[in-house]
Amino acid sequence: MGELNFADKARMNGETVERDRLAVELCGIPLENPVIPASGTFGYGAEFAELYDINILGTFSFKGTTLEPRYGNPVPRIAECTAGMINAVGLQNPGISHVIAEELPRMKAYFHKPVMANVSGFSLEEYAETCRLLGKEEQVGWLEVNISCPNVHGGGMSFGTDPSAAAEVVRTVRKVTDKPVIVKLTPNVTDIVSIARACEEAGADGISLINTLLGMRIDLKTRKPVIKNVMGGFSGPAVFPVALRMVYQVSHAVSIPVVGMGGVSSAEDVLEMMMAGASAIEVGSQNLVDPFACKKIIEALPETMDRFGIRRLSELSAL
Amino acid sequence: MKESLFKIITNKALTGSVYEMNLQGDTSEITGPGQFVNVRIPGFYLRRPISVAFVQNDILTLTYKTVGKGTMEMSGFREEEELDLLTGLGNGYDLSRAGEHPILLGGGVGVPPLLYLAKKLREKKLPIDVVLGFNTASEVFYRKEFELLGCRTEVTTADGSYGTKGFVTDAALFRENHSYFYTCGPLPMLKAVYEKSASDGEFSFEERMGCGFGACMGCSVKVKGGCKRICKDGPVLRKEEILWEN
Repeated sequence: MGELNFADKARMNGETVERDRLAVELCGIPLENPVIPASGTFGYGAEFAELYDINILGTFSFKGTTLEPRYGNPVPRIAECTAGMINAVGLQNPGISHVIAEELPRMKAYFHKPVMANVSGFSLEEYAETCRLLGKEEQVGWLEVNISCPNVHGGGMSFGTDPSAAAEVVRTVRKVTDKPVIVKLTPNVTDIVSIARACEEAGADGISLINTLLGMRIDLKTRKPVIKNVMGGFSGPAVFPVALRMVYQVSHAVSIPVVGMGGVSSAEDVLEMMMAGASAIEVGSQNLVDPFACKKIIEALPETMDRFGIRRLSELSAL
Repeated sequence: MKESLFKIITNKALTGSVYEMNLQGDTSEITGPGQFVNVRIPGFYLRRPISVAFVQNDILTLTYKTVGKGTMEMSGFREEEELDLLTGLGNGYDLSRAGEHPILLGGGVGVPPLLYLAKKLREKKLPIDVVLGFNTASEVFYRKEFELLGCRTEVTTADGSYGTKGFVTDAALFRENHSYFYTCGPLPMLKAVYEKSASDGEFSFEERMGCGFGACMGCSVKVKGGCKRICKDGPVLRKEEILWEN
């Protein structure tokens, strides 16, 4: 009997656990599994839909969208680090009108689940308008409000680093949509918990974290920063322990669901994040080095759960 | 695009810092010259984009320069080792625009992708002129390979230690009339070709990439009328769409 995994044991007991072992819920919307490609690493899904059926994902968070089109930062925008990378893309995106007129209709052909709409803004008015417009779109399940992008001077950073400014964004967005509002937090703060609490009190339905950590590299040959914009967002497996710690802190301080991200690269990482208190997880940089990363993680989850005696993901709660 | 394992057949130095690696694997996704592959190097997080130098059946040739730790590591790989490659990346050169008598202009490690291009253009029975530019005699490679394909080939070196003294734009062949040009090389060379070329043509660009397949916008540059991702919409851009302000 010691050789049997949990699924086998369940089958012997006449239970059926296979089908919904991975199922979780995020702000009242069921997810087939908790694996969500993170915004900025998955575009609008088209490049990945050419490789595999992306309907196997829980959902995905599409490229951060702003009211107006943005060219983003000058190149180089990418620098490699030990077990990670820095990016300074600068929220390049085609703007809300294009996303609604072109990307969402195109997405219908290859993705049939509610999608997570990631939005950014540089003023409360912009957040309100972008969220109002995207909130009306039938395909959009959740609004993930980025108040944390570290790349744009005077932009998202200022909202996400101050509890009252963060709460103000949440209150503004809350008024314009009935869709679940998930606030994506920056880790570049002294007290992540106070910001998460402020967002919850202002009416957020969920918290996602962490966005990238502000970092930089210098090219020894040129003696200049590798990134043209000097600094950028550090991500990848190297940040996982920091992300896990913050997910743990925040999920123990708020009663709304937490989406954990930051260096998640394997099924084991997913389980660890969920044990820290995450209701779902996002996979970011790993999609860039392995375009099949999310598919591999989803496929590896059942046997990884077997190894650790986990029958259903939904049974994992905070430590 | 495809992710698959390739087995290293040979990996040898052509010059002090340029290596030629032959690998065996599934080359079916590589549709034309000017494309690249993205190589996973154990111990490094991001893949390394390397241009396709040649393809023959299931043998892929990657000719690369050791510019940093990743490519340095790559130069130490032995025969029989396997590498994880993403293949079929990038748009590649547009062969249909070659016209009657195109010229190929390569500089340094920008030379390799032109070799496969020369082969494909020679298959169309076109007369091809080739100018290969290097800094100095010890860095010259692939002259013979282009000549064996039947290309009229001229080599330039910046210090005059081999062939014509100067840059590719100083070559006698460059001053002749051509229907079209294809070029790949360092940015100053590309700019010089852009300014001095009489015909239309296309340029292959290099950029630091995140993913290599169009997902991250890490290599997006401004072009006339919008932006292009060097990895997905490039690396080859046409003369008429290029902006140099990036």
